[in-house]
Amino acid sequence: MPPPKKKAQRATPQVTKADVGAPDAVSQRPSPEQVIAGLRATSEGGPDLVQLLTPEGERVHHPDFDIDISPEELRGLYRDMVLVRRADREANSLQRQGQLGLWVPLLGQEAAQIGAGRAMRPQDYGFPGYREHGVAWCRGIDPVQILSMYRGTDHGGWDPQQQRFNMYTIVIGNQVLNATGYAMGQKFDGKVGPEEDAEATIAFFGDGATSQGDVHEGFVWATVYNAPVVFFCQNNQWAISEPVERQTRVPIYHRARGYGFPGIRVDGNDVLATLAVTKWAMDECRTGNGPVLIEAFTYRMDAHTTSDDPTRYRLSDELEAWKLKDPIERVRVHLVREGLADQKFFDELEAEADDRAATLRQAVRDLPNPGIDNIFDNVYAEGSPHLDAQKAEFQAYLDGFADSAHGGGH
Amino acid sequence: MAAPTMNRPDSDMPDFEPKVQTITLAKGINMGLRAAMEADKKVLVMGEDVGKLGGVFRITDGLQKDFGEERVLDTPLAESGIIGTAVGLAMRGFRPVCEIQFDGFIFPGFDQIVSQVAKLHNRSKGSIKLPIVIRVPYGGGIGAVEHHSESPEAYFAHTAGLKVVSCSNPVDAYWMIQQAIWSDDPVLFFEPKRRYYEKAQFDPAVSPDPLWSSRQLTSGKDVTVVGYGPTVRIALDGAAAAAEEGKELEVFDLRTLSPLDLGPVYESVRKTGRLVTISEAPSNCSISSEVAARVQRECFYSLQAPVLQVNGFDTPYPMSKAEEEYLPDLDKLLHAVDRSLGY
Repeated sequence: MPPPKKKAQRATPQVTKADVGAPDAVSQRPSPEQVIAGLRATSEGGPDLVQLLTPEGERVHHPDFDIDISPEELRGLYRDMVLVRRADREANSLQRQGQLGLWVPLLGQEAAQIGAGRAMRPQDYGFPGYREHGVAWCRGIDPVQILSMYRGTDHGGWDPQQQRFNMYTIVIGNQVLNATGYAMGQKFDGKVGPEEDAEATIAFFGDGATSQGDVHEGFVWATVYNAPVVFFCQNNQWAISEPVERQTRVPIYHRARGYGFPGIRVDGNDVLATLAVTKWAMDECRTGNGPVLIEAFTYRMDAHTTSDDPTRYRLSDELEAWKLKDPIERVRVHLVREGLADQKFFDELEAEADDRAATLRQAVRDLPNPGIDNIFDNVYAEGSPHLDAQKAEFQAYLDGFADSAHGGGH
Repeated sequence: MAAPTMNRPDSDMPDFEPKVQTITLAKGINMGLRAAMEADKKVLVMGEDVGKLGGVFRITDGLQKDFGEERVLDTPLAESGIIGTAVGLAMRGFRPVCEIQFDGFIFPGFDQIVSQVAKLHNRSKGSIKLPIVIRVPYGGGIGAVEHHSESPEAYFAHTAGLKVVSCSNPVDAYWMIQQAIWSDDPVLFFEPKRRYYEKAQFDPAVSPDPLWSSRQLTSGKDVTVVGYGPTVRIALDGAAAAAEEGKELEVFDLRTLSPLDLGPVYESVRKTGRLVTISEAPSNCSISSEVAARVQRECFYSLQAPVLQVNGFDTPYPMSKAEEEYLPDLDKLLHAVDRSLGY
């Protein structure tokens, strides 16, 4: 009698726990799935990709979307991207040094976020996910406020109604519906039209979020109410470990057609194209032709978060391919080649980035720990006698310790 | 007309002046919604079939005709969408009143309720206010199919940042819906659907109680009974039946489930030494359980008997032909009262 066959025999070698984190982990033979995912993720975005600045820094034109931009404005966009990347790298280091509990890197998505952020007018409202550090920068939010959330001293710290930029939303896709509702309100308030102060809303989410029911419902609501909302999807190719092919069978921008509004795929590593397309989309919305879906085709060059290990699921080749399409480098090449910026500009910007990084490091270390007020306050707009009693009871408990100072925290 | 309730804004619209009349609970909510919409243009009603149809229970009957399609929104059929867009509208300064068609359909909206509605005020340090009312017809006793007879109030009472109330009679319905709308906090408003067509005399000159207060309905020295929503009627019937046997029940209508207003209940239990709670929800981790826990803590030395709970069973809501077995009723209440008195 032949021996019974083993059930789960596999042809390909399995990465074991011991392999994780080993220096040669990335050089191990990839699984077929990794190869396919990598090949797809490095695709060029297809013929519909809107691009105004090639990865080589060459200015090209597009029949539908173009933009007149002064050298000063272009230098401004470059500065934005350099500064937000520097803050991002600083934050990543601060996490490694134990100063932040977690960091969610922005690396590689600077053009998508600065292009979108600079397309917004002051009266517009933005609804971020949790990686929108570049957009937050454009809304005038101090990076230390974002880091406070990842240090655990605050939930964000900025005033969303003042900055017209909602709190970060961590539950994937929730904000797309909230943004749609806000846009409906703009319309009900009569703020959609040809006037200079007409308003629009922009919702930020990723390729992974497109699988969420809330994103679908947001699309439905927006289209049936003609809500002035731009759905800005940063397709960075990866939802933690899952490639975009795990979320969709058609390009994301194609989905808009099914809902009855325009969908545009823009080179998300091209700040000019992203700015041009988003400005157009925001204006369409504010004048009553919303909604619009934008798929910013980009790449998450770092891990999902500092707790993630991309070597387990994607190839380093893919990262190398995307480095050639870096969003900042192409603008630098363009500025230099066209003589739009001199060495002094780059040197001064470098010095400014250094200064800001030093300030950020110190500001993070100086963030005060939250006290018990931060736990109990603002749970209810109208206050709560029940919570007041709970807080008083806890305070009395803390006061009972010989070293009662540790209880106050403020 | 009675004095305006909390936070009621100044209005440029004519005062809505209802007359002394007999109304149903359903009519009370309808009139309350109308009064709020008259008072403030920022009040919106939104939900499935709330416009032309007037809602499957006709609670919003006539509102779209009088206030238009931008204030009474027949929404697409998705509960997360209703709640999630209400969040954005509230951030914009509106006061949305969302209708969830039936208790069992609230769960697709649960994520938005607990993740955004409940937390945004706190996370934004008070910058964002979400004066959203989520109306939920709830409870059984109407012979309905699955998902149409549930009592999910405890899920929401468990969540910080939400307030939860339930009306039990037509007059409360009229006032409480308005008070909930003028609250700057999000309010889950549970409507006892099997009491929708019970009637009461309504006199607009009688001022309402504050929203966040329980109410004593009968006086008695023997057993305290606490109910809310659909079970208040049973508690009152219980008091009448017990009185025939010479037993006095002191009945309370909780009205507000989160926050709870148990001060008057503690006073009562310190007098009677006995408490029976009655609610349609399963008892496990329920409003009844919370009442029992707090009463044993506050009235420990006065209790003559353990707190007894008359609840639905800890099972899924049964098929409708078995709901009579499942639901609390007069006999179950009187049995619990007798057990309490037997200690």
